[in-house]
This record gives sequence, C-alpha cells and structure tokens, in this order.
Amino acid sequence: MSTVIESLERAQLRRVPQFDAGDRLRVHFQVIEGTRRRTQVFEGIVIKRQGHGARETFTVRKNSFGVGVERTFPLHSPKIERIEVAARGDVRRAKLYYLRDRVGKRARVRERRNTGPEEVVERELLYGAAFAEPEASPEPDADAKLEVAAEVEVAVESEPAAQAESPAADEPAAPDPAAAGDEA
Amino acid sequence: MTAILAKKIGMTQRFLEDGRVEHVTVLEAGPCPVTAVRRPEQDGYSAVQLAFARTKEKHISKPELGHLKKAGVGAHKHLVEFRNEGAELQMGDTVTVESFSAGDRVKISGTSKGKGFQGTVKRHNFKRGPKTHGSHNYRAPGSIGASAWPARVMKGIRGPGHMGAARVTQRGVTVVDVIASQNLLLVRGAVPGAKGGIVEVRTDA
Repeated sequence: MSTVIESLERAQLRRVPQFDAGDRLRVHFQVIEGTRRRTQVFEGIVIKRQGHGARETFTVRKNSFGVGVERTFPLHSPKIERIEVAARGDVRRAKLYYLRDRVGKRARVRERRNTGPEEVVERELLYGAAFAEPEASPEPDADAKLEVAAEVEVAVESEPAAQAESPAADEPAAPDPAAAGDEA
Repeated sequence: MTAILAKKIGMTQRFLEDGRVEHVTVLEAGPCPVTAVRRPEQDGYSAVQLAFARTKEKHISKPELGHLKKAGVGAHKHLVEFRNEGAELQMGDTVTVESFSAGDRVKISGTSKGKGFQGTVKRHNFKRGPKTHGSHNYRAPGSIGASAWPARVMKGIRGPGHMGAARVTQRGVTVVDVIASQNLLLVRGAVPGAKGGIVEVRTDA
C-alpha cells in the first residue's frame, strides 16, 4: 500500500488492547438518540478480526435470549469509548465461524487460564492529535488533547454500568479529536 | 472554473465526527504549470493546457521538451488541454490543489480499468438463461434480429466485445479534504481507473 495512505490512516489509529478471536470482550460504544448520547455495552466472543490499519474491524457474537447476535465494529471508531477484555479464549482458528452452527453448551469457547493481569489501555489516538495535522499551529493541537482527556473521563464515569445504560457525556457534543484535528 | 491533473493513489476510509465511516479516494494532484493558452481569436477555441508529473528530460521526446521549454517549465510526463476552463489562467501560472477546497463538487475523468473481451452479460447487463433443467443457453446473447428481412444484423445491436479502458467521467464528486503540504486531494467515493492512473479533475457546474 502506498505510504501516503498509510500515513493518512496512521493519524486515525487508536490505542487498543491486544485481543484475538476467541476472547470475550466488553465493547463500550456511544449511541446517539436524538440529542442524547449514552454508552451501551456489547459483550460477547470475538469471532473475527479483519482488515489492516484504520480499516480494521472485529466481529463480536453473543447469544441474546436464544438468538445469536453479531455486531461488527470498526476497531478504530471514535464511537467506541473502551474495549475491555473480559476473558481470553483458547482457540485454534483465526475465524470462529463454526460457532454459528452451534447452540447451547457446544457454542462455548474454552477459557485460557493464568494469562496474567489485563493491561489497562486508555483509548486515545495512537500517535497523538499533533500527528493528525502536522502543519497545524500548536494552539489547536492543545485543544484537541484536552478533548481527548475529556473523552477518557466520560469513559471512566460510565464504568459501573454492565448492561444497563449509563448517563453519558456531560458535554453533549464533544467533537472527537480526529475530526477536530482535521478541521484545524 | 478550475481544472487540475492528478494521480490516483488509492482508496481508504475516514471516520466522521458522528462515528460514521466515509470512503475516500486519495489523489495526488498537481502542481500543474500552464504550458499553453488557447484563445478563440487565435486558435478558434478557448482552452488551457496543463502539465503534470515531473520527469527526467531523457524520458520525453525532443519536440515535447522544446514545447515545455518555450513555456518555461521543466520536463513533465503528461500534457492535457482543458476546453473552456481556466480562463483566468495565463502562461507562467501554476495550478495547485489549493484552488480546490473541501465541499467543492468536481467532475473526475480517467481511463477505466480494462476488462478485455467480455460477453453480453457482463458488458451490457443482459440476462442469462437458466443454468439447469437441461438448458444449454447459459450466457448466449439471444436473438440479434429477424431472418429473411433484413437478412443481416442491424447496426448498433449490442454484442460481446472489448470492455473497459475507455474514458469515463464521474460527475458530482465531493472534495472532502485538501492537504496542500502533500498536494493531496481527498474525494468521496470511487474514481475511474486503476491506482497510479492519471485523472482530470474539473469543477462540476
């Protein structure tokens, strides 16, 4: 791939925890309902990761009242506030499509034990807001960093909510740092 | 009215403020020096000729080099005339990506990817016959006319043949970002041609 596209994509990358197919994730993502913004949690087993760079996505599968539900998220989406690794799975494939044909107890993934403590990864731009727009003056960069901090705080606030909705962002529309950087 | 020549770098995606994904094509556009200006009173039509992509002098022909030297610019790989564009441009001017801004509507013309000799199903979206039930009519074109009269195939009947590698213009393309430091133009959606192809970008009326 062209280095031009690589550098454009690098500016959008976010820090994400290390995870793979078979791991159980809790994905905290923002839902916008009219003017309100709140955080929803989707918990399930990762059945695939695909793509590279800013285009990478992952698919999480869960069983909701007897119905299998899959959701695919862009890994570096600004709508994802946090990705929590709940458990490590012991699997031998990169794509766990076989789980779709299984129900009940057979649809489980063996858990990997003794994986050590999970590292806490704060969701922020991997190369900082400054990287997004190299020719921007230092002032808007500082603003963008403040906004990153604000977003992280929001994520911490909504932590206790497991499946229930939590009151999200105090600032109704804190623009995401990548977009703020691009506008500058 | 602005026009520029660009090289298609490829496609990627960007996240919008609301978290949606936008698919963009990255174009490396300009800088394009003006190498000739056609005036109606002198040439019978109005146009501006732009050069694009610096190269070594040994890689272009001597007549081309002489033409470029007359215009006072170095060796460039591509020369394209834009009819009825850039009336404000003069010899010695250079068009850069800065003549475009985010939100502009542009037309993008390029040479589409060649598909070779293709049948009517792919080339003209004909329907195919049934694949089973003893059918042998899988991808045949069907009737191409009557029999005793006219006793020939009418001109213009669509049939198999060469497809692609033709000039295609995509209208109503939106510019989403201009990165002047790297001469980059980011436009929403796809653009005709393969990566590395040369495209013409013009403002869409």
